Amino acid sequence: MTSGSRIAIFGATSDIAAAYARRSAEGKARLALFARDAAALDALKADLVVRGAAEVQTFAADFTDFSALPGLARTALTALGGLDVALVAYGSLPDQKTLNTDPAALRAALDLNFTSPAMLANLLAEGLEPARAGAIAVITSVAGDRGRQSNYGYGAAKGGLQTFLDGLRHRLAPAGVHVLDIRPGFVATKMTAHLPQGGPLWAMPDKVATDIAGALRKRSAVLYTPWFWWGIMTIIRAVPRAVFHRTKL
Amino acid sequence: MSARATPYASWGGVLRAPHIACRPATRAAAAEVLCGGGTMVLHGNGRSYGDVALNPGGGLMDITALDRFIAFDPDTGLLTCEAGVKLSDILEVLSRPQADGGGWLLPVMPGTRFITVAGAIANDVHGKNAHHLGSFGNHVEQVELVRSDGSRLTCSRTEHPDLFAATLGGLGLTGLILSATLRLRRVPGLGIESEDIRFGHLDDFFRLDAESADHWEYTAAWVDCLASGAALGRGIYSRGRHVPGVACDPPARAPRLSVPLTPPLSAVNGLSVRAFNALYWRKLGGAGRRLSIGSYGPSFFPLDAIGQWPRLYGPRGFYQFQAVVPHADGPAVTRELLKTIAASRQGSMLVVLKRFGTVEPEGLLSFPMPGISLALDFPNRGEATLRLLGRLESLVMEAGGRIYPAKDSCMRAESFAQGYPALDAFRAFIDPALTSAFARRVGILKEFPA
Ligand SMILES: Cc1cc2nc3c(=O)[nH]c(=O)nc-3n(C[C@H](O)[C@H](O)[C@H](O)COP(=O)(O)OP(=O)(O)OC[C@H]3O[C@@H](n4cnc5c(N)ncnc54)[C@H](O)[C@@H]3O)c2cc1C
Ligand SMILES: NC(=O)c1ccc[n+]([C@@H]2O[C@H](COP(=O)([O-])OP(=O)(O)OC[C@H]3O[C@@H](n4cnc5c(N)ncnc54)[C@H](OP(=O)(O)O)[C@@H]3O)[C@@H](O)[C@H]2O)c1
Repeated sequence: MTSGSRIAIFGATSDIAAAYARRSAEGKARLALFARDAAALDALKADLVVRGAAEVQTFAADFTDFSALPGLARTALTALGGLDVALVAYGSLPDQKTLNTDPAALRAALDLNFTSPAMLANLLAEGLEPARAGAIAVITSVAGDRGRQSNYGYGAAKGGLQTFLDGLRHRLAPAGVHVLDIRPGFVATKMTAHLPQGGPLWAMPDKVATDIAGALRKRSAVLYTPWFWWGIMTIIRAVPRAVFHRTKL
Repeated sequence: MSARATPYASWGGVLRAPHIACRPATRAAAAEVLCGGGTMVLHGNGRSYGDVALNPGGGLMDITALDRFIAFDPDTGLLTCEAGVKLSDILEVLSRPQADGGGWLLPVMPGTRFITVAGAIANDVHGKNAHHLGSFGNHVEQVELVRSDGSRLTCSRTEHPDLFAATLGGLGLTGLILSATLRLRRVPGLGIESEDIRFGHLDDFFRLDAESADHWEYTAAWVDCLASGAALGRGIYSRGRHVPGVACDPPARAPRLSVPLTPPLSAVNGLSVRAFNALYWRKLGGAGRRLSIGSYGPSFFPLDAIGQWPRLYGPRGFYQFQAVVPHADGPAVTRELLKTIAASRQGSMLVVLKRFGTVEPEGLLSFPMPGISLALDFPNRGEATLRLLGRLESLVMEAGGRIYPAKDSCMRAESFAQGYPALDAFRAFIDPALTSAFARRVGILKEFPA
């Protein structure tokens, strides 16, 4: 992270995003933060200021209000007088059993985890492409790598987003705009607080945040974080369907 | 707030048990848990060696997610932060050298930086400069405290001063600390000059200590607890002080190395301790002394270099013992304690001898008092170790001393009452929703006799 970087974070109160914001603040970044929970946003801002952020602006945002997305993107592109990194972090992990029987819940999950971030990424691209600089980093998930009975609603949204980012990267390559697809494994955050967090497969948000900063520096296309998920997902994708169907994954 | 059965252990690893635990993400959520009915223990980063932060089978609130800074005033050094912020984070963020090499520093730092602000307050922890700057509580300006009756109070030397005094060193029993304001200290150089001096006998320790106390802010000694006879109490005296103009970066936020697994047997045994102590005592070479200038990290936090180091003690874990005895009989009692330990052949390499000064701690149950403090680890060998700890406890109590709750796993209720005469006054401030295995064991909470 170069000192004074201009960073916009959508879903800034996500534990992973907040950890990234902290590291950035300690590197003297200038931050524009978007989230729905104003009190949490204020607490985060105070924390980041003490940590050394050169500037922190906060904006209330409802990411499922699609008509508001263009305005949010515009604010992000201009608030800091230009943008070096946009991190799109919001998302939710719905209960698949509910999605199986409740079409409205399925639609809401797809809206929040696919439609909204895809639209936002495109809106950000519109601003960054002519500037021929900047990075769009979006948190997808290893869950997007293969459909599984236990979470294919969420997985499909994340998988769709991966494909979307792949295309966007293709489009923006000539302009030199960096597109990063971040695929975390299990991370101990609010989203997974209902699961028994702990054990070798679980990472802390700090670790993921450090990996994100590294991938931005290296201009990687896809980041598996922690790194061993690349191996795990390579195997999971390769398991023959007949065998896969006998698992409870 | 979802609670689930989660194992929590004492740092020494002797006590490990499932707790009905929750880890609230915000101050509001934490306050709600405290006021939601039921009793619980408050748990910081779990660096207490014994049972002050445990409540086997019962409720536990883990406060480590309350880790936000709130405000820092670079003119006064006043820092306000949430209760679960770690000292390591404060150092990382605020103890950066300024142009003149000086900077803001925590006035009191214990032997590990991986503890929370609330943990530091609740045990009113001390550091190597206890004889100059007292304990952590002396530098706390105010705390934001919630009680289970729903009240949310700002406590300071002027607002609710009695509750404030009970909360410094209050063992997590007077209410839930949500945030605190600390007064950081500006030093003219963050780096320190430190000198290690080998000494051959306990008397030499007292001589060196008397000579160093005024001009060296940080002092402590390592002692070879296996040496006996003419070599009884031999060791290495370490003293340090800030050097104006010498900068140093904060120590790393996390250990670089970690012990990955618990070996099936303790790696700390008679043989390894003997070999270590013999080598360590000679580490200073022929001259017997060494002066160096640099970071305070390695000398203040030697154990923080290796994550999960208690695993080296094997699955049975270890006990830690720390007591302070008044200066009057200090040398004689220390000699008696060391003799008893040497004869038992049970000690480990980790031994610290340190003077406490005359800065009055402000907490009703604060541990530090003027005198000499001895701290050391004992691998858990069951009954034999408990018998030894019992003998040490008796020696300390006879000398009018006291034992440190943060380190203790077995002191008797009588010893606690004798060592902490303000106990009765303290009881008036206990929040009925708060408890701990320690508080029940030593009779702070009367309804559950030990
Ligand atoms: C290697 C090592 C070296 C050490 N060196 C020293 C030393 O030099 N000097 C010294 O004094 N100590 C020392 N200690 C002990 C350590 O500093 C204390 O045990 C400290 O209190 C641990 O803090 P913690 O955050 O881990 O809290 P925990 O151990 O989890 O809890 C400590 C106490 O804080 C209470 N508490 C937790 N959260 C709250 C809250 N929000 N509100 C109110 N109460 C709360 C708990 O109930 C408990 O009573 C050392 C420990 C280790 C492991
Ligand atoms: N944790 C994991 O194991 C894991 C694994 C792979 C991928 N991910 C992805 O990582 C990203 C960050 O998640 P996290 O783990 O850090 O969890 P988190 O702390 O729960 O963060 C999720 C964020 O999304 C926001 N959000 C959810 N629904 C919203 C809505 N309808 N409108 C606006 N904001 C909404 C939340 O806002 P509030 O703060 O206001 O609730 C929260 O900030 C997500 O995209 C997630 O899918 C997580």
